[in-house]
Amino acid sequence: MSYIAILITFIFINNFILVQFLGVCPFIGVSKNSENAIGMGASVTFVTTVASVVTWAIYYFLLVPFNLQYLQTLTFILVIASLVQLLEMVIQKISPALYKALGIYLPLITTNCAVLGIAIINITNEYNVMEAFVGGIAAGLGFTLAIVLMSNIREKLDLQPVRKAYRGVPIAFISAGLMALAFMAFDKSLLTNLHLV
Amino acid sequence: MNKGSKELTKGFFKENPIFVLMLGLCPVLGVSTQVSNAIGMSAGVLFVLLFSNIIISGLRHVIPPSIHIPAYIVVIATLVTITEMVMHAFVPAVYSALGVYLPLIVVNCIILGRAEAFASKNTIVDSILDALGMAIGFALGLTLIALIRELFGSGTITLFPMGDFSGVINIPWFYDNPIRVLSLAPGALLIMGFLKAFFDWNSSRKKDR
Repeated sequence: MSYIAILITFIFINNFILVQFLGVCPFIGVSKNSENAIGMGASVTFVTTVASVVTWAIYYFLLVPFNLQYLQTLTFILVIASLVQLLEMVIQKISPALYKALGIYLPLITTNCAVLGIAIINITNEYNVMEAFVGGIAAGLGFTLAIVLMSNIREKLDLQPVRKAYRGVPIAFISAGLMALAFMAFDKSLLTNLHLV
Repeated sequence: MNKGSKELTKGFFKENPIFVLMLGLCPVLGVSTQVSNAIGMSAGVLFVLLFSNIIISGLRHVIPPSIHIPAYIVVIATLVTITEMVMHAFVPAVYSALGVYLPLIVVNCIILGRAEAFASKNTIVDSILDALGMAIGFALGLTLIALIRELFGSGTITLFPMGDFSGVINIPWFYDNPIRVLSLAPGALLIMGFLKAFFDWNSSRKKDR
C-alpha cells in the first residue's frame, strides 16, 4: 500500500476515534476547549509516531528471532509506558516551552488505546518500517482531526440551550455520532477512485 | 445492607463503570455490534479484572509505591495475554471478532482504575467482591448497548451456536425493517449518548425526590 493510501486510510476511512473508537476516553475528557484539544492531539501524534517505529523494531528484531510473539501485548505496553516517560524527560530537557505546552497530556497518553492500537495494527497489517512510521503519523493526525473538530463543536454547544439531561457528556457523544455519520462518506472506494490501490 | 454485599452491588448501577464512571469506553463502542461479542468481551474483562484485583490486593504491601503503576501494568498485561491465548484456542470466532480490542484490555481504564483506587487499599475478599461487581456492571452495560444495536440495527440477536441451534435469533418485524446505521460506527456513539442522558436523567430524578 502506498504511503498516501495509508495516510488517507487512517485519517479518514478508518479514523481512530470515529470509526475504530480507539482513544475515546481522552476524546471526551480533553475536548472541552480547542487549545487543550490541539495540545492533546499534538502529543498523541508525537507518541504514536515514535511508538510505531520503536514497537515495530522490537517486534521484528527481538520477539520474532526468539519466537516470543505471544509476549507482544506485554512488551508493547511496557515499551510505550517507558517511552512516554522518556519523551517527557527529553522534552523537558531540550525544550521547556514545548514541555509546558504538552507536559500535562503526556502521562495520560500511556493508557490511550490509540497508541497501543496503532502498534498492534501495524503488526497485524504486516507493515514494513516506513509504512509503520506513516501509519503512526496518520493515526495521530486522525485523532487530532477528530478531537479538534469536537472541541470546536463543544465550545459552540456551551452557548446553546441544551436540555439538562443531555448537557456535557451525552450531547458530546451524540455530536460525535453525527460526525461519524459524516465520516461514513469516506470508504474504501475513495482509494480506488484516487487510483491508490 | 452489610459491607460485603455493598462492595458487590455498587458496580451494578450506582457506580456502573460504563454509564456512571465512564471508564473503558473504547471496547464498549467497538465490540457492541453483536451480543455474542459483548458477552465474549465481558468474560475477558471479568477474568482479567478479578485476577488483577486478587493479585494486586495480595501484593499491596510488597509493591513499592514509587513503581506501583508499572507493576500493575505487568500483572494486567500478563493476565490479558493469558486471556488472548485461551480465547484463541477455545473460541476462535470470538477471538477474531474482538480483534485488536482484546489486547487493548491492557489499557482499559476500568482495570487499572480499580487496581489503583480499590485493590491497592483493601483486603483480598473486598477486592474480589469489587471486581465481580464492576465486571458484572460492565457486562450489563455492554450487553445492553449490544442488544439495542443488534436488535434495531440488524434485527437479530447473536448468541453462541449450541447443537442444532445456529446461534442467531431472527426477530420477525425488526429483521425486515433494520435501522442499519445503528449497527455501524455512528450508531455506537449515538446510542451511548442517549443511554448516558437517560442514566443522568434517572439519577437526577432520584436526587430530587
